[in-house]
Amino acid sequence: MSRKTFWGGVHPNDQKEFSRDVPYQVYLPKGEMVFPLNQHIGKPAKPVVQKGDAVLAGQLIAEADGFVSANIVSSCSGTVKDIKPRRTVMGTMALSIIIDNDGQFTPVQGIGAKTDYTTLSGQEILARIKAAGIVGLGGAGFPTHVKLAPKNASEIKYVIANGAECEPYITCDDQLMRTYAEEIVTGLKIMLTLFPKAEGVILIEQNKPEAIEAMQKACSAKANVRVLAVPVKYPQGGERSIISVVAGRELKLGMLPADAGCVVDNVSTVRAVYRAVCESEPLMEKGFTVSGDAVAHPCNLMIRIGTSCRELVEEAAGGIKEGMEAKKVLCGGPMMGIAMAGLDVPVNKSNNALTVLGEDEVELAEPEMTSCLRCGRCNQVCPLGLTPQMMAVAAERKNYERYEKKLYGLECIACGSCTYICPAKRPLMQLFKQTKAEIMAAKRK
Amino acid sequence: MQGIIIATLVVAVIGLIIGIALVAAGKTFHVETDERVDRVRENLPGNNCGACGYAGCDAVADAIVRGEAPVDACPVNSQEAVKKISTVMGVKSVEIVKKVAFVRCAGDCDSTSEKCNYVGINDCRAAALAGISIWECDYGCYGFGSCVSVCDYDAIHVKNGVAIVDKEKCMGCGKCAAACPRKLIELIPEGKKVAVRCSNHDRGPDVKKVCSAGCIGCKVCMKQCEHEAIQVEGNLAHIDYEKCVGCEKCAEKCVAKIITEL
Repeated sequence: MSRKTFWGGVHPNDQKEFSRDVPYQVYLPKGEMVFPLNQHIGKPAKPVVQKGDAVLAGQLIAEADGFVSANIVSSCSGTVKDIKPRRTVMGTMALSIIIDNDGQFTPVQGIGAKTDYTTLSGQEILARIKAAGIVGLGGAGFPTHVKLAPKNASEIKYVIANGAECEPYITCDDQLMRTYAEEIVTGLKIMLTLFPKAEGVILIEQNKPEAIEAMQKACSAKANVRVLAVPVKYPQGGERSIISVVAGRELKLGMLPADAGCVVDNVSTVRAVYRAVCESEPLMEKGFTVSGDAVAHPCNLMIRIGTSCRELVEEAAGGIKEGMEAKKVLCGGPMMGIAMAGLDVPVNKSNNALTVLGEDEVELAEPEMTSCLRCGRCNQVCPLGLTPQMMAVAAERKNYERYEKKLYGLECIACGSCTYICPAKRPLMQLFKQTKAEIMAAKRK
Repeated sequence: MQGIIIATLVVAVIGLIIGIALVAAGKTFHVETDERVDRVRENLPGNNCGACGYAGCDAVADAIVRGEAPVDACPVNSQEAVKKISTVMGVKSVEIVKKVAFVRCAGDCDSTSEKCNYVGINDCRAAALAGISIWECDYGCYGFGSCVSVCDYDAIHVKNGVAIVDKEKCMGCGKCAAACPRKLIELIPEGKKVAVRCSNHDRGPDVKKVCSAGCIGCKVCMKQCEHEAIQVEGNLAHIDYEKCVGCEKCAEKCVAKIITEL
């Protein structure tokens, strides 16, 4: 019952030519490593090491505290320098474990031990995923062991590996699929063992022909797994857009993907599942893109989680291009990324790119705002079928009841399509994010 | 002649029927109202500012009479009015301490500088979502005036990049304090003389780097105070207004000049 595409959406210039054909380089960090305890959705993890302890790469340094929470493992060897609040990429302060990196990356014993996943039971697989500290690596950071254990496991029809990568500039998933196709397919097969009735789907946008080819090759000999190439449109990588395309149905208010018989995970999460189950390797590294017109060498990197963003831009990507000035650095891509005020923050599990923009692109993107023209283009592009134009009016008048109950504003996924298309250049997404934050704050009271 | 009599009679009968119906309806649908509500309402300011947490003055008057809210539920009410409300309610009057809002930040455009170029909605709460501060200091006032937009008394204004309260106009409702994403606004009992105009918890040298008008946590004020009313916690001076007598010795000796008169 699949559809060709989802409703709404926009077509931003994908700008992937900067880094799309650059193969992965492994980048080993030199400086200190910082591990915020709240790298995932849910309760922050609880540290299990103390100041002065010696740790090895792959060692558990903070354990999950509660049901929706995740373990954190050290990605380097060294000594614990301190446990204190540090700034995160989001700009907030969070309690973090700071490790003095000795540059050796001595792994703990047992990493790399091969296991055949077919000999493991579902519970054992979930336990391994939980121990490895795997969370959604695409951006949300939802603990994977919780996502893979829905109440209706026997009713799940599709397990979807999300390789859409619709955000401009980012190419790390594209390269991941080209390089590690076998690992991703095996990861998907592992996840399929948890859902008896499910079919595996690898969803890729058509602007990645090499990745589609590589994945199709890897899938060809395997039953029950297929590649689905979909037209290019932003935000194809959103959970709802994917379910709309694959399962041919829309998620209603308050519905979870599992209610529609779907489990969606990013391809890098699927690969991490493979590494954790078959290679006994906890989540230490992930694919990462440093791109933008202002970096000297836009590249795809296999980085260690906890590396400082400054190191990635200045060392790994060769710094800022000569004669250019970095006007804006975004954590993520230009559609959903967050502008950063400093590079001295660590990369956490759910970050996948840094976009460094020079003068020209920033000025193009920052024109003057005018009043709403009532053109209704935002209503046509909202992938959820909301009415951003009316939501903006309600939000500006602080009519939160109308915003929430009549216009379903809390369903907004902040994809930024409305802001992108708005000819009056109104900062709609920021307004919705603010309103959502205020309504949620009022509810918690 | 006969026509006039008939017409008069018809009108009279209709009038009588409607009159009886009205009286009957009045009796049937009579709603018992507490006359105390009106008397309490008379002693409320009538601004409908909502600072009490109820929908308006009528709603809070109703809540006071039903016993759900205390007699001093209105944060901007005068002592006299509270006394009258207490008489209406037949309870002992409460002594109220009028408060004024105070912005604990002195980081204006001259003392700190912009760290990044912010483009977006001109509202502190929207800017706060972007995470990192626009100004060098991570604790200070954004200066977009979310507090100004919620003030019903025209008592707070942004001057040179930092919000300043006009204490003559401030009624102490506390709506600005709730609107500030940085939690910079403190409600201070009226009549107190000094306050700390900084909220930066970083160590002294770090504060100096980002703002010339920041508390460096040197503890000189603490040593000056004879009443133990001032404490330095987390590199920031804090005044306990229960103990403060207003001698202003701390303000005189403050190295960074951030303990100022209200």
